[in-house]
Amino acid sequence: MRTYLLNRLWQSALTLLLASIVVFLGVRALPGDPALAFAGEERDPESLAAIRARFGFDQPLLVQFWKFLTAALSGDLGDSTRTGIPVTSMIGSALPVTIQLSVFALLVAVLVGGATGVLAAVRRGRPAEWFANAVALIGLSVPNFWLGLIAIIYLAVGFGWFPASGFVPFTVDPVANLHHLVLPALVLGSGLAAVVMRQTRSAMLESLGADYIRTARAKGLSPRAVVGSHALRNSLVVVVTIVGLQLGALISGAVVTERIFALPGFGKMTVDAVFQRDYPVIQGVVLVTASAYVLINFLVDLAYSLIDPRIRVTGAAS
Amino acid sequence: MTVPISKTAPKMALSVRDLSVTFRTTDGPVSAVDRVSFEVDAGEVLAVVGESGCGKSVTAMALAGLLPGSATVTGSVRLGERELVGASEQALRKVRGSEVAYVFQEPMTSLNPVFTVGRQIAEVLRVHRGMGKRQAQARAVELLGLVGIPEPARRLREYPHQFSGGMRQRVMIAMALACDPAVLVADEPTTALDVTVQAAVLDLLRDLGKRLGTAIVLITHDLGVVADIADRVLVMYAGRVVETAGTQELFDAPRHHYAIGLMGAVPTAARRSEEGRLREIPGLVPVLAEQPAACTFADRCPAADDKCRTAEPPLLPAARPGSAGTHRAACWHPADEEAR
Amino acid sequence: MSEPLVSEPPSKSDPEVAVPPLRRRLALRRLARNPIGVAGFVVLALAVLAALLAPLLAPYPAAQVHFDAQFQIPGTVGYVLGTDDLGRDILSRILFGLQASLQVGVLAVAVALAVGVPLGLAAGYFRALDALISRFTDLMLAFPFLVLAVGLAAVRGASLGNAALAIGISQIPGMIRVVRSETLRLKNLDFVAASVVDGASDVWVLGRHILPNAISAVIVQATVAIPVAIIGEAILSFLGLGIQPPDPSLGTMLSDAQQYATRAPWAAVAPGLAIMLVALAFNLFGDALRDALDPRSSR
Repeated sequence: MRTYLLNRLWQSALTLLLASIVVFLGVRALPGDPALAFAGEERDPESLAAIRARFGFDQPLLVQFWKFLTAALSGDLGDSTRTGIPVTSMIGSALPVTIQLSVFALLVAVLVGGATGVLAAVRRGRPAEWFANAVALIGLSVPNFWLGLIAIIYLAVGFGWFPASGFVPFTVDPVANLHHLVLPALVLGSGLAAVVMRQTRSAMLESLGADYIRTARAKGLSPRAVVGSHALRNSLVVVVTIVGLQLGALISGAVVTERIFALPGFGKMTVDAVFQRDYPVIQGVVLVTASAYVLINFLVDLAYSLIDPRIRVTGAAS
Repeated sequence: MTVPISKTAPKMALSVRDLSVTFRTTDGPVSAVDRVSFEVDAGEVLAVVGESGCGKSVTAMALAGLLPGSATVTGSVRLGERELVGASEQALRKVRGSEVAYVFQEPMTSLNPVFTVGRQIAEVLRVHRGMGKRQAQARAVELLGLVGIPEPARRLREYPHQFSGGMRQRVMIAMALACDPAVLVADEPTTALDVTVQAAVLDLLRDLGKRLGTAIVLITHDLGVVADIADRVLVMYAGRVVETAGTQELFDAPRHHYAIGLMGAVPTAARRSEEGRLREIPGLVPVLAEQPAACTFADRCPAADDKCRTAEPPLLPAARPGSAGTHRAACWHPADEEAR
Repeated sequence: MSEPLVSEPPSKSDPEVAVPPLRRRLALRRLARNPIGVAGFVVLALAVLAALLAPLLAPYPAAQVHFDAQFQIPGTVGYVLGTDDLGRDILSRILFGLQASLQVGVLAVAVALAVGVPLGLAAGYFRALDALISRFTDLMLAFPFLVLAVGLAAVRGASLGNAALAIGISQIPGMIRVVRSETLRLKNLDFVAASVVDGASDVWVLGRHILPNAISAVIVQATVAIPVAIIGEAILSFLGLGIQPPDPSLGTMLSDAQQYATRAPWAAVAPGLAIMLVALAFNLFGDALRDALDPRSSR
């Protein structure tokens, strides 16, 4: 178990290093001179040189990378070339919004998708399954940013049930915070819920056909115990895997959702930064994204071993 | 077809009368079990033998109503005073695991991989005996000791994959015996095990059955297993009982040509170690939409004639001195001893 | 024992590998019997036809503005689905937008096929390459597709082609995985092993035996990848990273509609419904196709 953990940590570090190299080089491949962007009106050579010197653009790539890396490790991701604000503090204010949104959306996806998936598997061949399948297929086919648009038009503006846009920090007003996040979380979670539903359904169908389910029934357990405990526990691995694999989709979805609902989150920051050629910010957000990915996959692996004891011992997560 | 039960007989645990099972399938109905009757006494081991597809496993699952909804079950299964065919799902749930318990073929897949064996044993006790966690755990330790698992208190906390095949099957047996059931149905309990482990598990089953007074219904296709532990044998073919006898009687003088065919394939020690399975009789067990008014074995039988193909042979006592009416065969042309 | 009295039972040959054409014909027959699959196919065919014939079907050119007819509600004479803020006919724009959507869908999947199939075959067939390629797919999966698309749009400019490229790249890992697992499965089947024993070259085995048998799985994967690409195009165009105005795209239509959503909600409803309908048709057809090709699978 310990060697397994160490191995995983080493792999994670390697992935992060790779990601930072890719990002560093990728950002420098962007067309346009960031110094020009920062300089604005004052485009005389002296001030451009000063700007380049300030951000280190005049140094060799390797030196720039080394400085970037060492600074990043000490928690300094540089300053925005647009605003001069430290990237870490920009991320610090944008990240909580996105994390809250993503967590809520995940909750929606797992609760709704998981429940309907189990229902569809248990009610195989009945109208309930047909209905659940149909809803999931529609969920897969609806662009969720459009769903957001429709929700804003009808639920927020039309009926006035929810705020159409904006964000209130939880620490300022918890109720307003949740109220602002209901629609975005539902919209972002709906597509994922469809994916979770379909995977849960097929995993449950497989579990329900397993020999140990026959044993559980032969032991005289109630259907609730057979399905809810014996079959579900074995299907959880699949659900956890999906959550891990859908992280990229979740981040992509969050960008669009934040845009529609005007949430001051990470996604909006990313898109803005790319359009403004804000190198340090792009580096920072991608690095944070990669770290989040690595962290979540690490958690997913841990969850595997909690759910399935066989993985705990062999240490082989496939 | 009823047989009068003598008052002096040992306590009867299970009595099955004219049990029939039909499955609805997309290709129409399939008859899996046809009017099977037998009884098992407490402490007795009854072996049900036949090739795969002959209906023996379906019979086993039908006893406690474990067949899927596509199955139609008729006839009677009496457990003491209670009728199980047609009983409510709730009533059956109380019976399963506590009065009629099962041990299945694949101990690897029949135990839930994500729960400790302790939890899986304790579960039965908590459901049927209303025991608390602690009490159930304590009893589970006892049970693991009973089935011969060393260091039961430690192994209780382990998962199925940490056990060997034979040990897993012992866990299954401990789980089945947890509530001291009247009937233990063992469906091919040793088929998936190494030959060396098979004997030990069979010994354990017979030993515990006698000690606890549990009636054992042993489903197997392996006559070697039958010879090892069964008191009586029921030979099934295409859903019907074709012969029933005491184990010794059957091995001494099989009457039905199907039984003889199986006998011809009784594994000798040498052949068994290299194949581990019976030699096959040519042909396949037929899949029947309806039970025909004929001997279902006629197509594969060396002694079959027109009568076999037009009339169903009744299960009649073998007209043989000393058989005491317990040896019965459903054959129009039963073999005598010389025929072998 | 005497000799067998019944004829030998039919041998358990595996039709799926012995005669692929037969298996495919059977699959097509199963597909034709599935009403949901047929419905999906019909909607799909109609959508493709409508997109191809857009220049003939559309009442107006996509970008034609009518300042005398702004914000016409659906059902207005001459504007069946209404008009937008510039008086452009929404039906016409949807038809042309659909054309762009399908174009992106097909292009993206072509990119995914072109890279994913060879890499998947290689990963499944050559053990030495498997670890490398699988690590590569993992890394690609780590990269949110939108970040990739944003980067690509920044480097190469936002356009239909670049949107398709970004979406196609994001679909490569999925394609690799499907082809790899099919290859792994097929490699171990007798007829492939026999061919290897007979001294066939790797390329021959891959091209002659494995690819033709893996093609069903590839088709299914492509069918479910196209709707994802279509939705992806809408997202990118919505964000301004895809098709650029004034070229019509369902995504940009929605992004425009957001500006005046309360004034003209229909302008936001119709394009979204169009995307959904096409994506749903693809998904229904894809599901039915998968069921038909592999009757045992439970989807």
